[in-house]
Amino acid sequence: MSILVVAEHDNASIKPSTLNTVTAAAALGDDVHMLVAGSGCQSAADAAGAIAGVTKVLKADSAEYEHGLAENVAPLIKAVADGYSHILAPATTFGKNVMPRAAAMLDTQQISDVSGIESADTFERPIYAGNAIATVQSSDPIKLITVRSTAFEPAAEQGGSGAVEDVAATGDAGLSTFVGQELTKSERPELTTARIVISGGRGMQSGDNFPMLEKIADKLGAAVGASRAAVDAGYVPNDYQVGQTGKVVAPDLYIAVGISGAIQHLAGMKDSKVIVAINKDDEAPIFQVADYGWVADLFEAVPELDAELEKSL
Amino acid sequence: MKVLVPVKRVIDYNVKVRVKADNSGVELANVKMAMNPFCEIAVEEAIRLKEAGGADEIVVVSIGGKQTQETIRTGLAMGADRGIHIETDDEVEPLGVAKLLQKVVEEEAPGVVIMGKQAIDGDNNQTGQMLSALLNWSMATFVSKLEISGDEASATREVDGGLETIKLKMPAVVTVDLRLNEPRYASLPNIMKAKKKPIDEKTPADLGVDTAARVKTLKVVEPPAREAGVKVASAAELVEKLKNEAKVIG
Repeated sequence: MSILVVAEHDNASIKPSTLNTVTAAAALGDDVHMLVAGSGCQSAADAAGAIAGVTKVLKADSAEYEHGLAENVAPLIKAVADGYSHILAPATTFGKNVMPRAAAMLDTQQISDVSGIESADTFERPIYAGNAIATVQSSDPIKLITVRSTAFEPAAEQGGSGAVEDVAATGDAGLSTFVGQELTKSERPELTTARIVISGGRGMQSGDNFPMLEKIADKLGAAVGASRAAVDAGYVPNDYQVGQTGKVVAPDLYIAVGISGAIQHLAGMKDSKVIVAINKDDEAPIFQVADYGWVADLFEAVPELDAELEKSL
Repeated sequence: MKVLVPVKRVIDYNVKVRVKADNSGVELANVKMAMNPFCEIAVEEAIRLKEAGGADEIVVVSIGGKQTQETIRTGLAMGADRGIHIETDDEVEPLGVAKLLQKVVEEEAPGVVIMGKQAIDGDNNQTGQMLSALLNWSMATFVSKLEISGDEASATREVDGGLETIKLKMPAVVTVDLRLNEPRYASLPNIMKAKKKPIDEKTPADLGVDTAARVKTLKVVEPPAREAGVKVASAAELVEKLKNEAKVIG
């Protein structure tokens, strides 16, 4: 049986976390199809077909899919589900929103945030903010899964030869409408896929101090993140948040500045390869997971680090 | 308008979770339990709606063993009007929970269901979406701002790229995110008053719902531990180590 990946895209291109989801799908079977539901989404569908390992693209091109509203996309997933053993989507806010709605329509108990695949019906997933890892076995005939993208390598964007096939739209459910969005504009890499992340916490004291971190981010080609405390305090927008209920990141290098290291924050970053912590409190729990800890006042340490990077990079 | 708020009893978010020695799950015996933090935000939102004249009754519903009543009482002490306890000692999966809640919604006919976006035990983030699907209602997940007016609502959602605003046809299922509000503490007089508020008792069988598990937990283990590394004393030392030891920059 084939595996279906529900693509997250902006009608023009495929979002990076979808590539990691393809890798998870390929671990389940070698006939991986992709569903691209959008409006004017031909280029996204073409990009989907080019992804290494994708053998077919189902394109549903209709106005009601433009903004990915769950009430419209879930019935489409149900309509195309027949013949698939597994349906996967990235565990992003898109996948988390749409997939459980589709799962309920298919009378299936979804497996969320899968971080490992043992077999066609057995999966690993973090529970309790990643303080435990559960191995679970599904008895549902069709498995709906959201994939933790940091646990799988991205599939290559080129090399596939998936033909694009049109599928019939399922219509507007008439339940919700898109009004608008305020997206954070940034020239820096996306937080969840960046190779280096520098995050600030409550210790930053104000949003006005975040440019200190941005300067370092620009030298390192890093993304800027934040702890919940910094977001709640209004220093930076919500989409900066790294943690159990924010974004999960696993970069090569994570630099935590003025972050104490609450369990909920650690849940979002402790799979990073190398962790650096800068904090003036030497008892801060962040030091228990840091490879390199620097006990210092961040207002002195960060400019010093900036100057050192300027000198040596 | 009636507001239905489903809530869950979970391990208190400040408690360090421990995996059982036999790897069958996490240790729940003698562990401090509390209302799931996202559920508290949902209760608070319902109360604010009522205080602003937008709701006339708040019903809190929870599923679980006897002690689940404590969690319902917490909601009543915050300001909800009455409770429904669906008693079962089985662990009910999100789909089963959604099916039970669907029956409660059919009986109670609320104008809106407000609930947490996820419980911090299973971290599934599914129940609201599933309930909305079963009812064929509109839904807004991860909501940080909610305005209900008549048969329409405007919801601002926290999404990966920033914020998104959608319009919902009522009735709707709304799942709440952290920044929607800051839940109040129950005052002592309100805790006393809550003891007298009614809680209806039901079972999954009363509601005619099969909650048999579809997913079996084979084992639960500790995640790979991270060891604390070394301390550095200067930027020069840090940069040198990142370059030559960790080889992650430069």
